[in-house]
Amino acid sequence: MNSTTEQRPTAGRAIGTLVLIGTTKGLFTLRAGPDRDTFVLSGPTFRGEEIYSTCIDNRGPQTRVFVGSVSSHWGPVLRRSDDLGATWREEDHAALAFPDDTGASVARVWQLTPGPADQPDVFYAGVEPAALFRSDDGARTFSLIRGLWDHPHRPQWVPGGGGMCLHTILVHPTDPDRLLIAVSAAGVYRSDDGGDTWSASNRGIVVPFMPDAPTPEFGQCVHKVARDAGDPDRLYLQHHGGIYSSDNGGDSWEPMTSIAGMDFGFPVVAHPTRAGHAYLLPLESDGYRCTPDGHCIVWKTEDGGETWLPLTNGLPQSGAHLTILRDGFTTDGLDRCGLYFGTRTGELFASTDDGDSWRELASHLPPIMSVRAAPVH
Amino acid sequence: MLVRVRIPTQLRNLAGGASSVDVVVDSTPVTVCSVFDSLATTHPALERRVRDETGRMRIHVNLFVDGDNIRDLDGVETTIGDGSDVSIIPAISGG
Repeated sequence: MNSTTEQRPTAGRAIGTLVLIGTTKGLFTLRAGPDRDTFVLSGPTFRGEEIYSTCIDNRGPQTRVFVGSVSSHWGPVLRRSDDLGATWREEDHAALAFPDDTGASVARVWQLTPGPADQPDVFYAGVEPAALFRSDDGARTFSLIRGLWDHPHRPQWVPGGGGMCLHTILVHPTDPDRLLIAVSAAGVYRSDDGGDTWSASNRGIVVPFMPDAPTPEFGQCVHKVARDAGDPDRLYLQHHGGIYSSDNGGDSWEPMTSIAGMDFGFPVVAHPTRAGHAYLLPLESDGYRCTPDGHCIVWKTEDGGETWLPLTNGLPQSGAHLTILRDGFTTDGLDRCGLYFGTRTGELFASTDDGDSWRELASHLPPIMSVRAAPVH
Repeated sequence: MLVRVRIPTQLRNLAGGASSVDVVVDSTPVTVCSVFDSLATTHPALERRVRDETGRMRIHVNLFVDGDNIRDLDGVETTIGDGSDVSIIPAISGG
């Protein structure tokens, strides 16, 4: 969730760094001191539950942590911890539930995103089936955003491989009424009025999985979108086939310079403080979906996607056929930023120097679906 | 009518650790559905593990009335007799 990076953590108050690792079998955590030197792994919590979404919220005086999980038997649950995961609680009544008239039910919580910095009780949630919810009471209760649910395009959306999910929520840092979401496979949608009305925002994104590779108004399989630290109208997007950027808040998209011919991947992460800096983890083709030729490489741009630098120091460069999913890559929001990514084969790699060097912090975990990190206080 | 709902180990934390709860049901006839409607008022977090917000039973949860799977009876419209109990059992599914 790039929302975590949109909060500007106040490192001066931090007592340490928390990394939440959501797996198919529960939640694992890594804790480190403020220097991020030594990380201690613990878990799992919520054994057997799939953790697709977590959120570390530092807007208030105390760090709040949220986990959206789903049990194959018992359904989805949203839980909250005010003591960094030592104890958890859930509301008696489901925090996230569709209204009766929709006939829909929440299958999975894909995204939990804090609202504006000055509205600490506002949260957004993206769920499957694709819908956006808003909370105004600290994620105790959420309301369906009808403007998107009732959008005339919605009946024509089709699920991607992960399901009919709303997986990306970006709140504009200076105008909280400007919301951007992404759905697989519907594409990017934007609202400029707090969610009352929405428009598709996919101009220029080629759909390679349709005849003649058209650029339809919607139907793109957008995997993730991230917002630039310096220019809130600059966006980076990883599509099912291609990497794109926008300099106008998503009015239109342009292809970024290709990375060694690889156009497939899931996550994209923007540096939390440095304009023009972003990271990608491209995978080999939509048929294979693993790091190419056994090389695990994070690619970094420092010029808004004009050029890309391979980051390999400490990452496995042979025999590493890894898959990193859309929410499996994140930053901790600090200036000398920590970067963390988890794989479907249970490795957790981290860098605490903007990606210059990496180390493997955890191995042999269950498949990792989501990773979030932030300083905590 | 009082109906006893037996709770699997995984969900007992939602009922204060109890292995069963007694539910007062006023409807006529008393059905599995009305038992869980009543449970939703006394133990909402437990009830929503068994049914989603539309009222549909979760597909990997089985309910037994006096030992019989309601899928072999009348589903959630299965009537409950006085002194019967309802058991919540996770299905042999998952991964």
